[in-house]
Amino acid sequence: MAQEIKLSELAIGATAVVRAYPKAGTEFIRLREMGVLPGTSITLIRTAPLGDPLEIKVRGYRLTLRKSEAEFVLVETT
Amino acid sequence: MAPSLTSAPQSRSFVYALVGNPNCGKSTLFNALTGLKQKVGNYPGVTVEKKIGTVYSQHGTAMSVIDLPGSYSLASRSPDEAVTRDVLLGRRPDTPAPDRILCVVDATSLERSLYLVHQILDLGRPMILIVNMMDLTFQNGLQIDIELLKQTLGIPVIATEATKGKGLIELKLAMSRLDLPLSKHAWSIPQEISSAVAQLQASLTADSQKLYLTARAEALLLLTDQAPVHVEGSKAIHPRTAEILSSWQKRWEQEGVDWAAVLIQSRYDAISKLSAKVINESETGPSLTDRIDYVVTHPVWGWLVLGISMVLIFLSIFSLAEYPMNWIDSHVTLLGNWVKGSLNPGDLRDLITDGAIAGVGSVLVFLPQILILFFFIGLLESTGYMARAAFIMDRLMNRVGLNGRSFIPMLSSYACAIPGIMSTRTIEDEKDRLITILVAPLMSCSARLPVYLLMMAALVPSDRVPLFTKATLMVLMYTLGTAGAFGFAWLFKKTLLKGSQPKMIMELPPYHLPHLKQILFQMIERAWIFLRNAGSVILTISIVLWFLSAFPKAHDGASAQEQLSQSFAGRTGHLLEPIIKPIGFDWRIGIGLISSFAAREVFVSSTAVVFSVNNNTTHAQTTPLRLALRDAHWPDGRMLFTPLVCLCLMIYYVFAMQCMSTVAVVRRETNSWKWPLFQIAYMTGTAWIITFLVYQVGTLFGF
Repeated sequence: MAQEIKLSELAIGATAVVRAYPKAGTEFIRLREMGVLPGTSITLIRTAPLGDPLEIKVRGYRLTLRKSEAEFVLVETT
Repeated sequence: MAPSLTSAPQSRSFVYALVGNPNCGKSTLFNALTGLKQKVGNYPGVTVEKKIGTVYSQHGTAMSVIDLPGSYSLASRSPDEAVTRDVLLGRRPDTPAPDRILCVVDATSLERSLYLVHQILDLGRPMILIVNMMDLTFQNGLQIDIELLKQTLGIPVIATEATKGKGLIELKLAMSRLDLPLSKHAWSIPQEISSAVAQLQASLTADSQKLYLTARAEALLLLTDQAPVHVEGSKAIHPRTAEILSSWQKRWEQEGVDWAAVLIQSRYDAISKLSAKVINESETGPSLTDRIDYVVTHPVWGWLVLGISMVLIFLSIFSLAEYPMNWIDSHVTLLGNWVKGSLNPGDLRDLITDGAIAGVGSVLVFLPQILILFFFIGLLESTGYMARAAFIMDRLMNRVGLNGRSFIPMLSSYACAIPGIMSTRTIEDEKDRLITILVAPLMSCSARLPVYLLMMAALVPSDRVPLFTKATLMVLMYTLGTAGAFGFAWLFKKTLLKGSQPKMIMELPPYHLPHLKQILFQMIERAWIFLRNAGSVILTISIVLWFLSAFPKAHDGASAQEQLSQSFAGRTGHLLEPIIKPIGFDWRIGIGLISSFAAREVFVSSTAVVFSVNNNTTHAQTTPLRLALRDAHWPDGRMLFTPLVCLCLMIYYVFAMQCMSTVAVVRRETNSWKWPLFQIAYMTGTAWIITFLVYQVGTLFGF
């Protein structure tokens, strides 16, 4: 069953589809511009050795973001 | 809406703008195209590098290429990206508006790269798309249909491998074309925002005399350029345009329209369609990058790799730099002596030898370290490891409010703050970058070592410092400096340079084999920038310092010590004594402090001059400095260099800003005298306060 969780709560290795940025508006323009958009499939590859930031694979490349940023991205696991 | 304009064939030479994402091989391509025919400077008013090169068309006409800073989007996040945006939009009077655009994309991350391409195509200017790193597509299971991309976009698309020079001839041929087709860049602006775009476009055309398509592109950009980075030297948007924008934003906010998101989404919708057509992805196992990353970012092996590579870098800097440094040192001395011997004695001769030559020498002596460090920084960047180091260290750097990108500049500063500060340009956030620059010189650099070693030698009664004492003191000094750097970073972040939480949205580029030619090129370029920009400041300060120690003249036949003690520098030392007495220093140490503003290690040679006077023996020159120091006393007979004072001097040198080369580099990198002066004040102030506390408490306990 599909389930919406925060990107920061996604399990390592799991793939999910971005659903929404709950805090709409100007905050995460750059993340969107880097291709993380509602409907985009992403995979959480790993966290850094100290647990933060996260590394995701999106549109064929690797991107890092902090957990505090990933909290504002809702994803749907399948 | 498809533009019906075609670029008119012109006989004049073209100005190309070279744009692309960071890590797409743009610089390599620029160097391959222009070779050594390039001018490097700063954009006036900003610390963003301006590079313009010349390339010859197949007809022999010179064409210029402006290498714009790497950007992911025209909605800028950093001064670098702001410059790219402003040059493309014709907002900078200091740079010729490019009439054609070369856009480089990394074939392995084509889809994301097309976002910038999509924005740039809006400009409606003739453009050549360069798909670089084609060699890496195969191993990533990617197949890119260049021909289809060309057909769909309607512009020349050239596949290249810049590191191997592949595709360059085709590129030059395309650049030489008198007529370049304009793109069939047709995408419909989403309905929610289309009236706003039309109004903004009309205002930009009417109020800022922008061309039709540029105005449309800029109108679109204004919607995503929230809290735009404004850089000095760029024209701001017209008040009327700004008013239209803000009234629309208010309306959208009420209606709940996320205008920026709508725009970005519609661009990516178009991009996804295009990518699906031209990119054929086949399933491959874990790529080489995946396998390397598994080790390099592993919770255990990752630290090991990071630690070992840093240790190796430092070992090679300290062991390799020593020989050329000694060579430079001795040859500068030789040159000075030779000039001394061949000119008539006099002030002019001394100005040349003790001022100019010695000053230039103190600059040159840093070069080996700077070159070696830049070699390693280039190696880390070029292979892709730099981003991994930032990834691993981000959590720790975040504790003091910085992000992972500050790690390498700060670490480099253990060898020498100059390359450390010069490498802060990779830090996107302006405030983070400034904080890193401000605290970097607190990291104990190698120029402090001679001072530490001298003080340790003076500290112990025997000729050899026991290893344990030496190691403990060294660790103490490095810890103090590091703690100071992080403490001040935290403080500045909390107070002076309060900023938003820095983001860590960073690409981890695929690993590449290092491109040595490119690294060497950058090394030499950095070194040259240092020499040219810092050199003049340093030369001036050296001459001033020489003047202070050479004037006024003592009587004829006075010894070097007598001359120094009654010179301006010596008098300043006396003047300083009330200030430095509470931290245990007398006027003679004061002279050392003043003269070592040139560079910390000068303290050793100037104390040698000051203190050999006390020996009253003809062997003054050969008496080890250590003994001379132990012989030095206050007028009331107390020993000057007590262990406590030696320790205090070491601590003072940990914190005090005693390096004119760093001052000069900070001036260049912050583009004002404000920050280097602030840095001198806060560092030297801290040095005094901490040394005062240590000395007073130490004295209280009878040390």
